[in-house]
Amino acid sequence: MEVYLDNNATTMVDPKVFEEMKPFFCDIYGNPNSLHRFGAGTHPKMVEALNFLYEGINAADEDDIIITANATESINTVIKGVWIDKILNGDKKHIITTEVEHPAVTAACRFLQSQGVAVTYLGVNAEGTIDAQQVKDCIKDETALVSVMWANNETGKIFPIKEIGQICRDAGVLFHTDATQAIGKIPVDVQDCNVDYLSFSAHKFHGPKGIGGLYVRKSCALTPLLHGGEQMGGLRAGTVDVASMVGMGWAMKLATSTMALAYEKNHISKLRDKLESAILELPDTIVIGGTENRTPNTTLISIRGVEGESMLWDLNQKGIGASTGSACASEDLEANPVMNAFGSDSELAHTGVRFSLSRFTTEEQIDYAIEVIKNAVTRLRGISSSYAYAPASHASGL
Amino acid sequence: MAKNDLISGSIWDEYSNQVVERMNNPKHQGEITEERAKELNAKLIIADFGAESCGDAVRLYWAVDESNDKILESKFKSFGCGTAIASSDVMAELCVGKTVDEAVKITNIDVEHALRDNPDTPAVPPQKMHCSVMAYDVIKKAAGEYKGVDMESFEEEEIICECARVSLATLKEVIKLNDLKTVEEITDFTKAGAFCKSCIKPGGHEEKDIYLVDILKDTRASMEEEKLKTAADASASGQASFDKMTLVQRIKAVDSVIDSDIRPMLVMDGGDMEIIDIKENLPHYDIYIRYLGSCSGCASGSTGTLYAIESVLQQKVDENIRVLPI
Repeated sequence: MEVYLDNNATTMVDPKVFEEMKPFFCDIYGNPNSLHRFGAGTHPKMVEALNFLYEGINAADEDDIIITANATESINTVIKGVWIDKILNGDKKHIITTEVEHPAVTAACRFLQSQGVAVTYLGVNAEGTIDAQQVKDCIKDETALVSVMWANNETGKIFPIKEIGQICRDAGVLFHTDATQAIGKIPVDVQDCNVDYLSFSAHKFHGPKGIGGLYVRKSCALTPLLHGGEQMGGLRAGTVDVASMVGMGWAMKLATSTMALAYEKNHISKLRDKLESAILELPDTIVIGGTENRTPNTTLISIRGVEGESMLWDLNQKGIGASTGSACASEDLEANPVMNAFGSDSELAHTGVRFSLSRFTTEEQIDYAIEVIKNAVTRLRGISSSYAYAPASHASGL
Repeated sequence: MAKNDLISGSIWDEYSNQVVERMNNPKHQGEITEERAKELNAKLIIADFGAESCGDAVRLYWAVDESNDKILESKFKSFGCGTAIASSDVMAELCVGKTVDEAVKITNIDVEHALRDNPDTPAVPPQKMHCSVMAYDVIKKAAGEYKGVDMESFEEEEIICECARVSLATLKEVIKLNDLKTVEEITDFTKAGAFCKSCIKPGGHEEKDIYLVDILKDTRASMEEEKLKTAADASASGQASFDKMTLVQRIKAVDSVIDSDIRPMLVMDGGDMEIIDIKENLPHYDIYIRYLGSCSGCASGSTGTLYAIESVLQQKVDENIRVLPI
C-alpha cells in the first residue's frame, strides 16, 4: 500500500481540477492577451477562476488578487515592494517577522538586512506560536511592515492573525500574512482579519504547481517584482498560465467550500488524531508544539531515540511518505529553524517526524501507517545508542 | 553552478547498495555485555561519541583480548541517519580481528571506501561524508579507553577537513608547491572541502576553528612575504635574476639599462621613451613602452629602433624580454 502523508509539502492535483485544466493545453491555447478568438476564448474561464479566488478568501471587488508563479514570488513581491516603496524612498527602515516563517520570508528579510534594513525576528513560545502583544511591543515609528504566517508548515500551529491585523491597523503599519498552509484547511477571511497582503500557492490545496496568488488590499501600494507587459494591471508582467490559473481557481473553490472545510475539521482531524494517538501510545513520544490550535491535517511528533531521516527511510521502504526537518534529511544539512526555534530541547530538532494528511487520505491508509510506524520505531530504537531499549516497557505499546 | 546542480534529486538515490543493505540490515548492531566479554576472556570497552542533540551519536563496544590487544568482537549502537548506521556497521566490522593499534589507523575514508559498490563511485553523496567521521572518532575514543589515554593522543596532525582527512601541514604544502590561488584548486588537489563543505568557510554544517579560506589567505600572504624577502636578499647581494625580481625591481633594472644604453641614442634624435608596464606572459616578459618626442610617429619605432631596444634589453637584462610599443 502507498500512503502519502506529506501534504504540507505538496498535494495531489484534485482530478476535478485537472479536468477543468485540460482544455487549456491543446484546445483553448491562445495567448490570453491576444485580440483574436483563440486568445479571447480563454477569458470566461479566467474570470471564473479569479472569482473563485476572491470568494475563497473573501476579497472585496476593489482589492487585487495578482496571479504569480508561487507563494515565494508573492512573498518576495510584498517584502521587496515595501522595501522599495516605503524604505528606500522613506524613513521607515524596520520590518517585524518571526523565526519560524518559510524561507521565502526569512531569506528575503535577510537580503533586506544586507541592504541596511532592520529586521526583528520574533521567537515562538513553547506552543510554537507568538502572542500578538509581542508584535505590538516591537512596533516603532520606523516599522514599515509586519509579516507573520497564518499557519506553520511544520507544526500546523495557527497564529493570532486577527489580533495582529488589528494591532497593525491601529498602528498604521502594513500587515502581510503567508497563508500558504492555511487555505483549504481552515477558514481564511481577509476582511475579518485586517490583512493588507496575503500570499498563497495552489499546489498546497490540490491545485497545480507553479502558480500562486497575492492578495493586495485596496489602496495598499504594490511595486511589481517583474516588469514587462501589462498583464495583471501592470502589477505582474508575464503571460498568465491559463491552465494553471483555471486549476488554481477550481482548487480554491473546492478546498474552501463550506463542505470541504467541514470535512477537514471533522473527518481529517479525526484521522490525524487517530494516527497521533497511536504513536503517542509508544513511550517517549510527544507532539511538538502541543495539540491545541493547529490545522486539522498536521502533526509533528518527536520519537525519542529515533533520528528523523532513519524513520523516513523505514517508512519509505513500506510505501509511506512523510517528512522531517532534521539536519540529515535536507540538502543543506542545516537543522530545521522551526524545530530550533523551540530552543529548550535541541534533541527535538533531530527526532521530529511530520505527518500531514489531506482530504484524500483514507482510514485504511492510516491504519496501515500506524502498523508500519510502530514496527519502524521498534527496529530503530533497537539500533539506537541514545535510547535505553527495554522490550518489556514496549510490550503494551508495540 | 553547473547543469547537474540545477535540479537536485533525492540524496537517497546516491547511496550505494551496500549503504542501503547495511541500513536495512546492520550486521554488527547490538551490544556486548560483561557476561559475553567474560565468556571470551576479554576486556569490555564501551565508547560513546556525539550526542543526540547534535543529530549523531554512536556507541562502540569492543571485546579485547588483553594478551595480544586483539579485538575479538565489535558491535555498535547508533542514533543517526541511514549513512551513520551503515558506516557504524562497517566500522565495527573493520575492527574485528585487528589489534587496538591497528584499529586506530582505520579512517573514515576507509569506512566510506568499504561501503562502495565499485571503487570509483562514492558510497554516499558529499554532504553525507560527515556521518562516517563519527565512526573514525569513536574508534579513537575506544582505543583511548582501552589504553587509558586521551583520544586526541592518537591524532598526530591538525586535521582541517575531517571528511577527507587532510591536515593543515598538507594544505600549506600543497598551496605553496602548486601556487594554488583558489579554494576550488585546493579541493581539486587534496579533496579537502569536497564533501560536507563545512571546512571551506564559516556558516557550514559544523563550526571549525580554522577554514580553508583562512589557510589559503594566510599561506598566500606568507608566500608573498617569502618572495619579497628572497628578492630583497638577492638584490642586496647583487645576485637577483630577472625572474626572481619583484615588479618594482624589474622596472628599476629595465629603466637602468634604458638610461645607460638606449635613452642617449634616442635623445640624440630628439626623441625619448617611457615604460608603461611589465607583464609576465611566461616564458616571456612583455615590456610595454611609449615613444616620446620625435620617436612617436617615427616609422622605425616599430622596426629598426624597436629591434635595437629589444635586443639591448635581452642581452643586458633577460633573454625572454619582448618590447611592445603602444
